[in-house]
Amino acid sequence: MGKFVLRRLGVMLLTAIALTFVVFYLTNLPPNLEKLARTEGSVRMSEEAVQDWIEQNGHSGSVFGRYGQWLGVVPGWTYTDEKGDTRGRCFAIGQDAAAAPTYCGLLQGDWGYSTFFKKPVADSLGEKLAATGWLMLAVMLVMVPTSLFLGVLSGMREGSATDRTLSTFSIASTATPEYVSGVVLVALFATAATGISPLLAEYGLIEPKKTLFLASATSAMEDITFWNFALPVMTIALYGIGYIARMTRASMTEVMTQQYIRTARLKGVPFRTVVMKHALRNALIAPFTVIMLQFPWLLNGVVIVESLFNYKGFGWTLVQAASNNDIPLLLACSCVAVVVVLLTQLISDIGYVFLNPRIRLA
Amino acid sequence: MDFLTWTGTAGTTLVPVLQLAVVVLALALLARFIFALAGLDGPRLPNPDGTTTGRSPGDLASLAIRYSFYAALAAILCILAAGAVMPSPVEAGILGAMAVRFWPVWLALIATFVLSIRFRRKLGLYGKLFDSTVGMIGFAIVMFWIFTAIFAGTIATYDPFSQIAGLKNDAPGVLVPDGGYGWYLLGGDHLGRDVFSRMVMGAREVLKIAPAATLFAFMVGITLGLPAGYFGGKLDTVISFLANLVLAFPVILLFYLLVTPEIRDTGIPIVLAALLFIFPIIFLCTLWNSRYYTNPPRRNLYVGITLLIGLWAYSGLAFNMDPLGIWSMEPNMLNVFVSVVFVNSPGVFRIVRGLVMDIKARDYVAAGQTRGEGAWYIMLWEILPNARGPLIVDFCLRIGYTTILLGTLGFFGLGVSPDSPDWGSTIDDGRKLLNLYPHPALAPALALMSLVLGLNLLADGLREESLKD
Repeated sequence: MGKFVLRRLGVMLLTAIALTFVVFYLTNLPPNLEKLARTEGSVRMSEEAVQDWIEQNGHSGSVFGRYGQWLGVVPGWTYTDEKGDTRGRCFAIGQDAAAAPTYCGLLQGDWGYSTFFKKPVADSLGEKLAATGWLMLAVMLVMVPTSLFLGVLSGMREGSATDRTLSTFSIASTATPEYVSGVVLVALFATAATGISPLLAEYGLIEPKKTLFLASATSAMEDITFWNFALPVMTIALYGIGYIARMTRASMTEVMTQQYIRTARLKGVPFRTVVMKHALRNALIAPFTVIMLQFPWLLNGVVIVESLFNYKGFGWTLVQAASNNDIPLLLACSCVAVVVVLLTQLISDIGYVFLNPRIRLA
Repeated sequence: MDFLTWTGTAGTTLVPVLQLAVVVLALALLARFIFALAGLDGPRLPNPDGTTTGRSPGDLASLAIRYSFYAALAAILCILAAGAVMPSPVEAGILGAMAVRFWPVWLALIATFVLSIRFRRKLGLYGKLFDSTVGMIGFAIVMFWIFTAIFAGTIATYDPFSQIAGLKNDAPGVLVPDGGYGWYLLGGDHLGRDVFSRMVMGAREVLKIAPAATLFAFMVGITLGLPAGYFGGKLDTVISFLANLVLAFPVILLFYLLVTPEIRDTGIPIVLAALLFIFPIIFLCTLWNSRYYTNPPRRNLYVGITLLIGLWAYSGLAFNMDPLGIWSMEPNMLNVFVSVVFVNSPGVFRIVRGLVMDIKARDYVAAGQTRGEGAWYIMLWEILPNARGPLIVDFCLRIGYTTILLGTLGFFGLGVSPDSPDWGSTIDDGRKLLNLYPHPALAPALALMSLVLGLNLLADGLREESLKD
């Protein structure tokens, strides 16, 4: 077990380094750097001035060297211009170059400076991650119990009318990407023009010109209420519910055909007890893996939903960083995303062994 | 300003019927669910004296669901059919008028179904699809959109790009002042373009890329997955590591990095295209070579033809250097296409690898090996045909997934021209004014959802039928 975890951690580290290098390479391509030079310096810079700017700000040289600097294993760049002023990666203009540390990168806890937010990446990313954390928590609280419940209910009696109805629902919900369900939900619940809000207003159940839910989740940044948070959460959860419910159903139907279930039924144990005591625990092992592996998908959903509902969390930051060519912020975002994906894979593997004692890892 | 009604003259009688049916359906579904929870839907078991008791409450609710569903369906069909026979869109209503516009699609669908059901016993897995209701429904939806894409020119009422300033964000069924068809059936978007025509034309945009990209992803996945699963060892470790690397990337981040205007200057899409587009040629050449190895003239002919056509298309598609100028791809499109293939292939690779590892332990593979068949012959002509069931099912699912990915790209405005009518970018255009005018975003959203749903249902039907073998 220990050896397995160590080997997995090794592969994980290798994957993380490879992935961050790919992101670093793609964000630091020459056209991106030229664009950065023009946004940071001036738009009307000549070709030569752009090249000078790139050189004077530590973006020249081999890409491996620059990646090493970002990681913190290669000394940070310094540049002394003809006036004798020294600038460098590890200190601000005007600070003493000699007193500054030689290395400053990820390993030293320096994530760089965000050109979009105009403050250190670590500060801005922290609060955005907290906002997304709340969203994820709410999604998990809605998605996991609902999908497990639906899956168990339809897998309990394979082929019954309940099973077919719920299966159709799950297929429909996996066929609806977030940007579609978001639009449909807003049109149904959050506009004063169509859907059920005008009807409710007509019956006097809600105030006129008000809507049942809010189509923008910006106000949820300060204060989460059911009114402003329900739609984004439902939009992300719907896509996952169908998938997890289908997996749970498959696992449940398999368990229900096992010998020990038949034995219990023949002994005269009531169906309800058979499901609750004998089947459920065995049927919930496989969905655990599925739920853990669902996290990378949630990440996707978070990006779409946060842009759709204007909720300023991690996904929104990723979109802003990418569209504003904010290299340090984008790198940090991808680091977070990659770590989340790899960690959930590891947890799902290890958790599976704990839940299913029949499997032994060498 | 004049507007069409949704259901026309037939609607005055049929809409109340439809409303009643829908309300009953909703209540019955709720009741069914509650009975299922309360355990009141058990199977009808005979009493000890051989008689059976009456229907359980669950059964009654099921009956109610079935009949109210049929009633609702019948009401909708009547509205559409009534619209089709009415002389003008005013009496037909929006739904009826749309049903009329789609006439080539209905004809083609009916022809397809009549012919397929007539000859279904001679058509293999495709024919068996018509034994499963779910499969048939899925197939019908998918074919509906395929025929829509083919006949989009006849169906569309207006040019998808022409703007009429007076009709910005106008509601569905608005009267168009200057000539042409006369009405914007699904209203106008934020630039005064016809939402209906854009949705129809969007089907063409989506169906042009998604199946082709999926096919390429399958070629890459199969060509790499077969040897990785069959030989195992170092080769498998290296390719699997690379595949996992791509799979660990959040898809959206990858798109933001790969599909940008700047990246085209660096030539990375062309390098990727050169790498990915060579796989179909390798696949086909190995396929012919392993089959006709013992018959060199024929082998040379097939491999020669493949190389000739393949490399000709390759030079045009990947490098845009086709000497005859027939094969070409806009840089925009190439970038999107390559990224989608790149994101999809590792998934296919994993499935193929798993299937091969399972199948290579079978007796017929061992028999082939003792007969002295070559490794590639066994992989391509013994293992691959026996893995076709799961692969066909995955192909259907993956086209749906690719459609979703393309929509995501459009939604973030990546890689497509700004006024392209494809569904993703139309949804993105519409969402800015979603609160006030939901209709421009709703039409493409429902179209995309129905296409993906159709593909999923089709895959489900195929899986069911292929498991029966």
